[in-house]
Amino acid sequence: MPDPDPSGHWGEFGGRFVPEALISALEELEAAHAESQGDPAFLAELDRLGREYGNLPSPLYLAERLSEETGVEVWLKREDLNHTGAHKIRNVLGQALLTKRMGKTRIIAETGAGQHGVASATAAAYFGLECTVYMGEEDTRRQALNVARMRLLGAEVVPVTTGSRTLKDAMNEALREWVASVDHTHYLIGSVGGPHPFPMLVRDYCRGIGDEARAQFLERTGTLPDVVAACVGGGSNAMGIFTAFLGDEDVRLYGFEAGGDGYDTGRHAATITAGQVGVLHGARTFVLQDEDGQTIESHSISAGLDYPGVGPEHAHLAATGRAAYEPVDDAEAMAALEKLARTEGIICAIESAHGLAGALRLAKSLEPGSRVLVNLSGRGDKDMGNVVEYFGFEGEPNAKGEDA
Amino acid sequence: MRVETAFARSRAEDRAALVGYLPAGFPTLADSIKAVDIMIDHGADVIELGLPYSDPVMDGPAIQKAADRALAAGFRTRQVFEVTEAVAGRVPILVMTYWNLVERYGVDRFARDFAAAGGAGLITPDLIPDEAGEWIAASDAHDLDRVFLVAPSSTEERIASTVAACRGFVYAQSVMGVTGARAATSAAAPELVRRTRAHTDLPIGVGLGVRSGDQAAEIGAYGDAVIVGSAIVNCYLDTEDIPSGHQRLAELTADLAAGVRR
Repeated sequence: MPDPDPSGHWGEFGGRFVPEALISALEELEAAHAESQGDPAFLAELDRLGREYGNLPSPLYLAERLSEETGVEVWLKREDLNHTGAHKIRNVLGQALLTKRMGKTRIIAETGAGQHGVASATAAAYFGLECTVYMGEEDTRRQALNVARMRLLGAEVVPVTTGSRTLKDAMNEALREWVASVDHTHYLIGSVGGPHPFPMLVRDYCRGIGDEARAQFLERTGTLPDVVAACVGGGSNAMGIFTAFLGDEDVRLYGFEAGGDGYDTGRHAATITAGQVGVLHGARTFVLQDEDGQTIESHSISAGLDYPGVGPEHAHLAATGRAAYEPVDDAEAMAALEKLARTEGIICAIESAHGLAGALRLAKSLEPGSRVLVNLSGRGDKDMGNVVEYFGFEGEPNAKGEDA
Repeated sequence: MRVETAFARSRAEDRAALVGYLPAGFPTLADSIKAVDIMIDHGADVIELGLPYSDPVMDGPAIQKAADRALAAGFRTRQVFEVTEAVAGRVPILVMTYWNLVERYGVDRFARDFAAAGGAGLITPDLIPDEAGEWIAASDAHDLDRVFLVAPSSTEERIASTVAACRGFVYAQSVMGVTGARAATSAAAPELVRRTRAHTDLPIGVGLGVRSGDQAAEIGAYGDAVIVGSAIVNCYLDTEDIPSGHQRLAELTADLAAGVRR
């Protein structure tokens, strides 16, 4: 099942809705990807990089106290322990190695809160590639620490001042820049979106999450999980963990989208739940759009999920019913984040907390003892500013002996 | 009126045609109609109406800003038909649009309503023929031109398949980059026109970067149409005063029209 048809479509989704000027680069990329996936030396090098540099494979962890409280077994795929703190290292190492193979010397990337930008800058530093990261001007101010990380790693950060000055505009700007520099520059896209072959290519680099988790799960339990859950923004971590299980019909797949202020408020990023089929950033998929097809701005406490589109393979999995997608709002996600911190001593990313929160909600309707695998896609260090604000941790801590 | 009418005239006069681009609804809805009239009065042979879009990945800052302004003022897709209807009749009117807006309106419905308004056809910068099955059927059904793009990076195979899907003319994107007025036009443009001509008898329009009569003359020497966008938009972006924008547009168009006649 998993590969799209030769023209890059999963059913009606995907394809190439980009200027002709980019088509030859996409064809070159498609050919290079196919060739590299059949080259044992390339795959061995990527595997070595993952192990020695990326801290892969990530552990599979049974969250026992959380499981006791929940009544189902909660297993966490600990992508938060990877180098740079999330599953994204898999994608950037793969694409950067492919960039070298294609003989290109520079990468560009878009970033929202800066996580993909930091990961891209990391891979660029490792491989000695030039790196330019496009980031909405608003975000460069809110995420000054990540801007500093990228600059320390040697990347140039370009604040994007067009449109709504958010992730989608950073992506527009990266595409514009790519047209002008495509002969020596690779666009290191951050998720399973964009024109073919990007959704397939990014998934192929992220699918190690599920491949590892499936083998680890079988080894530990002798069986497969009943449910696999992940958060979905663009959807790279979810495709990463879903892909290995697509053929396991008894394994139910759940993607949890950002419900923002609440699905009913209209201020959310629940693209599959609320969007309509359209074309955005090179692919046909579900898009948050108005009656005329103008993109609607998304909202979420989680910058990594705050995007008005979604990868086309997710759109296809939703349309065919193979995976289910539901919104999780800010409050539910933050409650799950706190619960995981207090029961397990793990501070996860707010993105990942959406996947966990959805799984915990789902657990209430599952048979006791069911096995739920959650992709803990990233760690929460980057989110502490939001956490301080959300939980009101500002000001002096309580003095010793004094009641809270 | 189909675009072949305009090209028949410019060919008869042994010159390139002048194609002027302006987003519908910019600088205001009424003034976009006025601006089109000014361009036609001062020598434009074909008009391209842009459909303002929230995510115009092929456009540089000038056209983005113009589109943002039109959208902020509440521009709706259906208003492009009003503008078309108001200006159609004298020269062919094309709409240049990102694909999602057409898909959202309904491809056949868009073609029907645009043809009814007197429109000539569509230029689709982010739709390649490979993805255009529905549009090809609708443009056949409603007798509209369809203009796809070729680029310096296009392979021979892609130029051949793209021009085979075109009707009216072929749009040669002359530089690898977004729209925007440039001091020097691209050296890649003549080569792209030469390569494209080997595959088609259709007229070839050259776009991206033209801002003066001199450049128009230079491009008109090898292209069949000179397409001007950002320089036209800049007439209104550089001033808060719309009447003086109209004045600048009249002067610019006259300069460009003289350029293609040199």
